[in-house]
Amino acid sequence: MDTVINSNKYSSSLYNPALIKPAVFILCLLPLMNLVWNGFNQGLGVNPAETIIRTLGDWALYILLFTLAVTPLRKIAGLTALIRVRRMLGLIMFFYASLHLLAYVWFDQYFDWNEIVKDIIKRPFITLGFATFILLIPLVLTSTNKMMKRLKRRWKTLHQMIYPISLMAVVHYFWMTRADFRQPVIIAIILSGLLAYRLFVYFKKQQSI
Amino acid sequence: MSIIIKSSDDILPSEITDQKVFEGRREFIKKIGFGSAALLTGGHISLSHAKTAAGKYSDLPKSAFSAADKLTDFSDVSGYNNFYEFGTSKYDPAQKAKSFNSDPWSVAIEGEVEKPGVFNLEDFIKPYALEERIYRFRCVEGWSMVIPWVGFPLADMIKQFKPTSKAKYVEFVTLYDTKRMPGQVLKVLPWPYTEGLRIDEAMNPLTLMAVGLYGNDLPNQNGAPIRLVVPWKYGFKSIKSIVKIRFTEHQPLSTWNKIGPKEYGFYSNVNPQVDHPRWSQKTERKIGEPFWAPKHDTQIFNGYAEQVAHLYAGMDLKKNF
Repeated sequence: MDTVINSNKYSSSLYNPALIKPAVFILCLLPLMNLVWNGFNQGLGVNPAETIIRTLGDWALYILLFTLAVTPLRKIAGLTALIRVRRMLGLIMFFYASLHLLAYVWFDQYFDWNEIVKDIIKRPFITLGFATFILLIPLVLTSTNKMMKRLKRRWKTLHQMIYPISLMAVVHYFWMTRADFRQPVIIAIILSGLLAYRLFVYFKKQQSI
Repeated sequence: MSIIIKSSDDILPSEITDQKVFEGRREFIKKIGFGSAALLTGGHISLSHAKTAAGKYSDLPKSAFSAADKLTDFSDVSGYNNFYEFGTSKYDPAQKAKSFNSDPWSVAIEGEVEKPGVFNLEDFIKPYALEERIYRFRCVEGWSMVIPWVGFPLADMIKQFKPTSKAKYVEFVTLYDTKRMPGQVLKVLPWPYTEGLRIDEAMNPLTLMAVGLYGNDLPNQNGAPIRLVVPWKYGFKSIKSIVKIRFTEHQPLSTWNKIGPKEYGFYSNVNPQVDHPRWSQKTERKIGEPFWAPKHDTQIFNGYAEQVAHLYAGMDLKKNF
């Protein structure tokens, strides 16, 4: 209902609550469509397996940052309608993370389950990447309205798991990097800002009590 | 644990081709008219070796050490390079090395030799007979190529300079010039890039000083004008754009060894049984093959065990990785 009321107010701007969900959905799937398009047009470079695995991992991380940016943008910039896309962003992030894992299993390991298990046990950056993926699963399973109602207060606590999960994802990125840390450092700085906002809000609340 | 070293029986005859076979193929190629440039640009047909026939170094003898593997396309060999001097992405060097000028170039010979000096490149390589060698090239990152190099055995050059009895190692140094190598502005590695070999590794007939590939001068992104090629070691040992060769008594510190001693050892021999701490070295992605296909098993010493395994007899290759 509020969509209709708000849409008049914002109809001339890009920030149109009615359009925001489909727009974000399409925008978030563009990188994947681009990857598929390039796959059919020899556009994945000299080592396509590497391009696919890295690109999917990059986008899982970017969309994770978008997800974490929703609340600060709502509260600070007043973009309240963004709450409509938070769950969708989280699910698309999980979708990219799943494809990232699938690409590793197929193009890097070619379904050699023995080697995959060894990799997960032996190699810290893969251990961490895999653990990150596993920890996302309960969040996905409890992302429905029904689960939200059923879990009540515990739902929020459970979904605050995304903070340590996001740290793990960034450390995974650091640990796979060979020498040039510029990109992971940028990601880490943005994540620090997003998490610092939560800490700030938390301590402010503590003070007011 | 013990490392299984392949005996010569395990190496497929198809992997090491007799020189006569190579010459025979050359004849065949000539007969059917593959020398014509128009056809050469035709691309990836099964006779991709034919492409090596064109260019500046077209009539070089083909080395008996050449592998018979299918060549990696020139566009891939020259378009996907780890050469941090021109940027850390593997697609950077092809772009950022375009304006690199390697002429004039000089190479300094220093250390434990009777005849040290600084030589301009032309004089430096003049005494040696160039040949074409098709080598497998295995990167520590888990991908591989097959490259037709043009060069001469490093041993020929070492003999020329008469190392003293103290010369136990050879150290190589890449150009350090942030104006010409823009990637060196970033301190991602401690510049200049250095590498090293034990003198017997350097003297092994497989160790090549390359000045070209695919029948022409080295593309800038592949280490123009002169580089090392050590086919049984991971690619980063094959140092590019060399300006200095120093003979030393003590084991030199190589760049990757310096920044990651647990990950990159001095030897860095290709070995499927000794993993890099962060990834397995058991298999490799052959560049040019479909990405959805399985990777290939990596061979000990990259398939050159017959020529080099004796260099490491009695050594624990897990410790001396």
